[in-house]
Amino acid sequence: MVGLLVVSHSAKAAAGIVEIAAEMASDVPLVAAGGDPDGGIGTDADAIAAGLDDADDGEGVVVLVDLGSASMNAELAVEMSDADAVLADAPVLEGTVNAAVHAASSKATLDSTLDAAEEARGMSKL
Amino acid sequence: MSGEDTEALLDALDRIDARLHDEQDYLTELDSRVGDADHGNNLARGISAVTEKRDDIAEMEIDEAVKTVGTTLISEVGGAAGPLYGGSIMSASQTLEGGLDAESALAFAEAYREKLMQRGDARVGDKTMVDAVTPAVHTFQRAIEEDDLPPVDALAKAVDAARRGVAYTVPLRASKGRASYLGLRAVGHRDPGATSTLFVLEELLATATDRAGEASVTDAYADDAVARDGTASDANADGTEDA
Repeated sequence: MVGLLVVSHSAKAAAGIVEIAAEMASDVPLVAAGGDPDGGIGTDADAIAAGLDDADDGEGVVVLVDLGSASMNAELAVEMSDADAVLADAPVLEGTVNAAVHAASSKATLDSTLDAAEEARGMSKL
Repeated sequence: MSGEDTEALLDALDRIDARLHDEQDYLTELDSRVGDADHGNNLARGISAVTEKRDDIAEMEIDEAVKTVGTTLISEVGGAAGPLYGGSIMSASQTLEGGLDAESALAFAEAYREKLMQRGDARVGDKTMVDAVTPAVHTFQRAIEEDDLPPVDALAKAVDAARRGVAYTVPLRASKGRASYLGLRAVGHRDPGATSTLFVLEELLATATDRAGEASVTDAYADDAVARDGTASDANADGTEDA
């Protein structure tokens, strides 16, 4: 199954987004990598790389990111890790939920899960 | 100790460590106006982690030593400066495989700039580190390749160019990074990343100047080791434009 990694500047935000998505797709490997190396606000390339390995069961990982350095550290982590991983250009919460629901289906691939995450860009709330 | 190049690097790292700690509050203050107020603290933490490894670094060849600086910054910094500084240093370290001389220093500078721009997806005028790095690298390149200046003189010109680059960030709106959320509110403030880049370059120049003075760097430097008296470290950015 395709895994999902949520990268946020806040450990709480990353864990919370995983919690929300897991309610709708409990079988999907969902991993949070939030906060800087000291547990403060920021992102940590090493923790993200470890998260990629945790989320990967062989079919790859879609990475959802929040602001600025999250995408840069996630790109670095993807380069450092052996997992087949791609970054989604998507809102982190909505993208994670959409991708998780999609990844739970038996036909999901890494590409289709990435598409599902990025479809969240166009979702209207009202 | 693994040779003069690594010795020079350790000397530079000690100076950069001292400088970034001196400027920690100033950089964080700059970042509080245009970003998330962590730049000074993140860099101070990063450089401390680097200098804690000085005994290991001392045993390495220059390329491996520089790579270790990069990977340590990636692991320890925690903000955008981690992948930007650390990732670019790590990637560019390959250019130093054959040791440090004018040619490999230029190759390093160009590789650093290329990786920085790619990682940050930034160009000149985006109000980022690139605004200090690009004029510095271009000036260094011209000074080495066209004007045939000694590396220390070329570096001095590059630092001047970086200083002008930092000043150039003041009136800009940011289109990358956290400052881009602020729109016009970022105008009138110098970019913290460009500013810290200048501080690092100033310390590299101070190191090279001192070592050239002691005729202890390379032969190319030694020939030119006359009366260079700290042109770098005095002309510091002091934030006067921010009134």
